[in-house]
Amino acid sequence: MLLALLALILAMGGVMLLQKSFVPKFGLDLAGGTTVTLSPVTQSGATPSQESLDLAVNIIRERVNGSGISDAEVAKAGDNIVISVPGAGQEEVVKLVGTTAELRFRQVLAVAAANATPGALPTAPATPAPSGSGSPKPSSPAEPSSTAKPAPSGTPAGRALSSALTNPTPAPSASATGQGDKKDDNKGSGKDEGKATPAPSGSAAPSAPPTEDPFAGVDLTGVDPAVAEQFKKLDCTKKDRGQGVQDDADKQLVACSDDGVAKYILDKAAVKGTEVAGASSGVDSTTGEWIVQVTFKSAGAGQFAKITGQITSAPQPRNQLAMVLDGVVISAPVIEEPIPGGQARISGSFTQKTADDLANQLKYGALPLKFVQSSIEEVSSTLGADQLRGGLLAGAIGLILVVLYSLLYYRGLGLVAVASLAVATILTYQAVVLLGHNANFRLSLPHIIGLIVSIGITADSFIVYFERMRDEMKEGRRSLRVAVEVAWVRARRTILIADAVMFIAAVVLYFLAVGGVAGFAFAMGLTTLIDIAVVFLFTKPFVALLARLSFFAKGHKLSGLDAERMGRDTPVARTTVSQEG
Amino acid sequence: MSRIGVIGRRLYRGEVDIDFVGRYKLWSAVSGLLLVISILGLIVQGLNLGVEFKGGSVFSFDKPRASTIETVRSTVEGAGAHQVSVQEAGNRWRVTTQSLSAPQVTTVQDAISKEFGIAGNQVNKQIIGPTWGGEVLRKAVIGLIVFMIAIILYLTMAFEWKMALAAVVALLHDLVITAGIYAWSGFEVTPATMLGFLTILGYSLYDAVVVFDMIKEVTAKLGTTSKMTYTQAANNALNHTLIRSLNTSLVAILPVAAILFIGTTLFGAGTLKDLSLALFVGMIVGTYSSLCVATPLLVNLKEREPKYMAIAKRLASNKGGSAQDAPPAGKGKEPAAAATSTGPAASPNGAVSTQKRKKR
Repeated sequence: MLLALLALILAMGGVMLLQKSFVPKFGLDLAGGTTVTLSPVTQSGATPSQESLDLAVNIIRERVNGSGISDAEVAKAGDNIVISVPGAGQEEVVKLVGTTAELRFRQVLAVAAANATPGALPTAPATPAPSGSGSPKPSSPAEPSSTAKPAPSGTPAGRALSSALTNPTPAPSASATGQGDKKDDNKGSGKDEGKATPAPSGSAAPSAPPTEDPFAGVDLTGVDPAVAEQFKKLDCTKKDRGQGVQDDADKQLVACSDDGVAKYILDKAAVKGTEVAGASSGVDSTTGEWIVQVTFKSAGAGQFAKITGQITSAPQPRNQLAMVLDGVVISAPVIEEPIPGGQARISGSFTQKTADDLANQLKYGALPLKFVQSSIEEVSSTLGADQLRGGLLAGAIGLILVVLYSLLYYRGLGLVAVASLAVATILTYQAVVLLGHNANFRLSLPHIIGLIVSIGITADSFIVYFERMRDEMKEGRRSLRVAVEVAWVRARRTILIADAVMFIAAVVLYFLAVGGVAGFAFAMGLTTLIDIAVVFLFTKPFVALLARLSFFAKGHKLSGLDAERMGRDTPVARTTVSQEG
Repeated sequence: MSRIGVIGRRLYRGEVDIDFVGRYKLWSAVSGLLLVISILGLIVQGLNLGVEFKGGSVFSFDKPRASTIETVRSTVEGAGAHQVSVQEAGNRWRVTTQSLSAPQVTTVQDAISKEFGIAGNQVNKQIIGPTWGGEVLRKAVIGLIVFMIAIILYLTMAFEWKMALAAVVALLHDLVITAGIYAWSGFEVTPATMLGFLTILGYSLYDAVVVFDMIKEVTAKLGTTSKMTYTQAANNALNHTLIRSLNTSLVAILPVAAILFIGTTLFGAGTLKDLSLALFVGMIVGTYSSLCVATPLLVNLKEREPKYMAIAKRLASNKGGSAQDAPPAGKGKEPAAAATSTGPAASPNGAVSTQKRKKR
């Protein structure tokens, strides 16, 4: 046990050596960072509405927090948005969150229902609006993209879709995402409308057979094995679903639909978003429905004609062209026929709002406004070095007090407590350094205080154990070595249940909260795990070793296990647990 | 040996027998009063939310040679601004304060220009929105609700639903009272404070879980021929874990107290104080509630079960005389209280408990 712990510490130390990382990464308040001011640009030069600014703030905040467990700040400042990211020289992160994410058009290679969420599947046929109702994401207001695909009822395509969906298919949501919008050549809109209607109903029956396995029947030919592996692991129910992922245009990509109900394998980018000249929403003069029109630049028009020509005749789902924004599939319409001329039209029961949203996404990424960076500054920490010193000083004082108290109260056993705390400290430090280096975990002052406070939780585990040992000893009929073992069995249960509570708290807070809270919850979960590791791998075996020493076994005055301490000489009768049982 | 010494020795050896459960009327009165005061505070005073929630004012100006974070901070604080955070941005100072009114802004600008010899119009002023917007708070509230449900489910599995309920009630009790203290004192609520609250969640439950685990172990042995009522057994278990509870609390509070002390004496306002104050208050309330709220509530729930009512009734009738004074459990609305008052050692232990509190 002790060896296992030693191995763990050495292994982590080894990784630290290899990565040459010995100091934790610090957060905004301690290390300073990079502050970027984004100014909105409107075509008319008018002031943007406060609502669209608020929306942009929320989207950027989601992107920033989706990128890891760092603590960044996003705030509205007048008409500008100020983003602060911890660490100097973080232009890369800033670019990712601040500039409009680039749009890519990619051929769909495979589709599956996102994750094994059997509950979501039966409901989808009843309500052919998986994008609205089936979304497991609590933050729909933050993502205008989730409203971009309306319930397709009321239109020819929608009716075809809903009748197709009444069959119990395994991936209705995936197909709904694909056919909710259909794309057509702008010029022949009236004629195409009629032609397009039957097509979705035919293709809406997905190729996958109705089994529990979401991957059955998915054709993976031509898919990079590594990408296929990623695809199987992809979980679209997580809070970020991959927003903010830098997608490499020259590689295949796995991505979730933006409502999280379907996942895709996508081919290399056929057309980049930079080739989009513009996008607008409007009403089709012949049918009266809302549509979105996309115009390509000359090179893009050629690429778009080529890809649409290539995939039209491909079997479902490979005849779908996905629009990927910010690592998320915002739409994946079926291509009915080659679309030359650089003008494409997306129809499919939009409302004015959803049509506007999609057009804006195509133009600006997920942000409702276009921004330019008006300034980038390196900023110092908000807390002087004195505050950090104060925090560490306080931590040191607190630790000394705890050590003194443990030694005073538990005497010899107090040494075990102090040693356990020391081991926990080493493990925590190593974990924080490694996580900072590999997962962008950044310590801010609240985290440090959280870790200091966790001393109390860690100490509690062995206090529970020691008190149990004393109970066993008090009964007077057990030797120390037996007491150590019997008390352990009882204490172990208590420690595990109590730590499980802490861990549940940490996990829930991590997945549901954002920003600083997520980081704090992460630190809390981490210390809980470390606590368990220390108690199981260090405290218990160490106590068992000590119990062999006569200093402890004979109950020396200073061992903390002496006769008086155990209350054996007391005349006071005491109701104990054992008397009852 | 003095009496205090005796008590110290008894504490040291873990020989205490305090009738926590029996005094549950006192505790509910105390807690009820605190809760009413807290809720009143939240309604009347409200929480004093910080810059991160309400937005604030930002001043920026070229960095004069003779200026440090500390001098800038003290200047701006001297002009009556709160929640001051000072940053260096390139060769400028960037100072964030709480949302200031127009005359207050002028005061701060004047103070800066006087202290550092900068023309008043060289001090830029901007309004900044909250970094913790409504969306973030909404998610935090959802997180809290999910957390409560998850904990109730888990504790129901690990123990039983009555324990889960009692633990969560005690938790809510702690949160409301801590929030109430914040409302009445006007301490600023910052993200650091929120984190403090979150830690209390874990800590308060942790304490209750350890106590409940012992209660479960002790009361599992109660049978029809038992010599103890559920109340007495629970009280016994409570006393059994009392030393642990006190030790744990002390060990946890010592570092927090150190941070609070350093935070308030050395730095005035700031992250250190915000976080440690919430923790300090929450931990004290949390320790109190796991002893005096969670357990009595649990006992109250359990004593309504026929099995334990039967034990209480039998023991009460065996006692004879004392049972006359207090009617047996089955009759009253509060069987727990009735059963406890027939307990063997209520009054002598009362003395111990007062002594103990005096000592601390």
